[in-house]
Amino acid sequence: MDRLLFGDNQFFGVNHMSEEKARAQAIRFEDTSAIIDVLDIAYAEGVRTFMCTTHERIAEVCDHVRSNGDRYPGFTFFPCMPYAHKYANAVSEYGMLGALREFVPDEGFINAAMRGSRALATKDIEGLVTLLIDAEMKMFRDLSTPVIFLQNVVVDLLLGLGFDEAFRIFADHVRHRYGAEPGFITMNLPSLLDSLDRAGIANPIVCSNFNKLAFRVSGGIDAYSRALAERQFRPIAMSVFASGAIPAREALEWVHEQPAIESIVFGASSAANIRSTVGLVKEIWDEASVPVLA
Amino acid sequence: MGGRMIRVAVVGIGKMGVSHLSIVRAHPDIEVVAICDSAGYVLDVLSKYTGLETFTDFKRMLDTRDLDAVLIATPTASHVPLVREALHRGLHVFCEKPLSMSSGESLELADLARASNAVTQVGYHNRFVGAFQEVKRLLEAETVGQVTHVLAESYGPVVLRTKGNTWRSKRETGGGCLFDYAAHPLDLLTWYFGAPVSVGGTVLGSIFSPETDDEVYSTLRYPSRVSAQLSVNWSDESHRKMTTKMTIWGTKGKIVADRQECQVYLRDTATLPEGYRHGWNVRYTTELTQPVWFYLRGEEYSAQIDYFVRSIQAAANGSPRDQQNSFASAAVTDRVIEMLTAAAAAGDATESAAPAPTAAPRRTLFARRLALTTR
Repeated sequence: MDRLLFGDNQFFGVNHMSEEKARAQAIRFEDTSAIIDVLDIAYAEGVRTFMCTTHERIAEVCDHVRSNGDRYPGFTFFPCMPYAHKYANAVSEYGMLGALREFVPDEGFINAAMRGSRALATKDIEGLVTLLIDAEMKMFRDLSTPVIFLQNVVVDLLLGLGFDEAFRIFADHVRHRYGAEPGFITMNLPSLLDSLDRAGIANPIVCSNFNKLAFRVSGGIDAYSRALAERQFRPIAMSVFASGAIPAREALEWVHEQPAIESIVFGASSAANIRSTVGLVKEIWDEASVPVLA
Repeated sequence: MGGRMIRVAVVGIGKMGVSHLSIVRAHPDIEVVAICDSAGYVLDVLSKYTGLETFTDFKRMLDTRDLDAVLIATPTASHVPLVREALHRGLHVFCEKPLSMSSGESLELADLARASNAVTQVGYHNRFVGAFQEVKRLLEAETVGQVTHVLAESYGPVVLRTKGNTWRSKRETGGGCLFDYAAHPLDLLTWYFGAPVSVGGTVLGSIFSPETDDEVYSTLRYPSRVSAQLSVNWSDESHRKMTTKMTIWGTKGKIVADRQECQVYLRDTATLPEGYRHGWNVRYTTELTQPVWFYLRGEEYSAQIDYFVRSIQAAANGSPRDQQNSFASAAVTDRVIEMLTAAAAAGDATESAAPAPTAAPRRTLFARRLALTTR
């Protein structure tokens, strides 16, 4: 994994500080070409990995990269699934089971249909879950997806429920069907590591908040520090700037003091912010000795 | 309760129930003894994969399992008998909002809870949002002076077409924008200003739902001449998820708050709270939010469960506290919902008696278009 991964919250009106800012961003990125323009800037700065939600508009970004492959050598997607709001809204509309039926693909593959209906009848969630994963992954066909993430809303829901088996099913399917490493996004790092242990997932890639303010590090910063020091996993830091509450240099220097952290995912909408973040990372991590970017 | 785990059953494993179940099961002081739902599929999956004991019969569960509390997240219309049964058996009760569809029944449940010394709480999670708590502090300190007007808004993308067939799509089962969405800003108004004196100009509009409302607008009047306008629409696709916003005008300033931030404008006549200045101030969620032991969807969902646990522990230690979101408080909000329903049905708009003016701009434009197309 590269030191810096480019995130996508800024493109879809996700902003933890301000709904006004979120709306302004959603308006700015209403055209997918505006997203691609920003990705081009990041690419030009040496960023190669786009860690993105399986939002329907990402499909358009995928189409663009697929049809312009020669312009993006080395470009890699880290899909994060699912885009949870579409499921949550469907549950309000159709109920739990109705929502599942809505999203099980009906593309006419008898095999898929069999997997789905048998799974529904026998409460064997493995068939159902793999169908849903395949549906989310369709937009990435023929593209590089070496790590596939389960989003924190789902990870943390399953974690609280004690549904360890679901992590095993996800990990197995992602490995076998896509040749990818499973990744897990969480707001509850310490307890997730225990759960992944129980599910038999060794040295997992886990993305969670790491920031100097200890903003949204549930379980406490001490437990997070202990996890970094004592646990065998591959940490990716998100929210390192705590939505802008920490100045960039200070935030990155703090991350640098946690050598176990492999990668940082960051979002930015402007060329200036992308350049300054990439520049700071190169400077702080001393590009000469550490391969910062692919 | 001295270190003993609080034994809880979760009743109703739908969208909110499954989220509550995840949070309560992660709580270090709670043991989830069983879950109960009328429908089998999700229950069976959870039983198979998480080892939770499941029931489809609420009374049988209460008969056979030793519980301290129940968490009820069933459709609203079923709350009253379930809550009543749990209170009769001396259990503490956390119930999803709204508490019931009748303020009379909500008050009866509140009385019952008082008689049995039960801790009760209703899931109005916005009272656990840092920014809305900051508003409460500022109002109690009268920082913006005498409040004259409030705009209470909620918007989100729940019902976006004529479709859907769950309890949420019918008013008689507690579905609709008023019960589901408007209850949240109405409860914040209850928290900040108490019970309204009157409501008027109420619109319960259907946009897509054949059997319930999708938008709610009303003018509410509170004591001390505070007026409030309610504007709620759950068929607004421009929002990614539900957003609730309170705007409060006072003689010495103004407050604008949502889940993310609390913006405060203070005139030079205002007495400044610590850390505030005259002019604009912004407090972000990063500084207003207290950390929680477990995070799912937002700190407030965990914080309200933890608060319920602490209240039960305080009661067990003989020092019950003044409960936030108690049944009594939720009954006030249920009463407001009732007032809005009645007002909308009565229709209190002043009808136009005179013939419509002939030069109204819209009519003129329409007439012009009509003229063009018939030419």
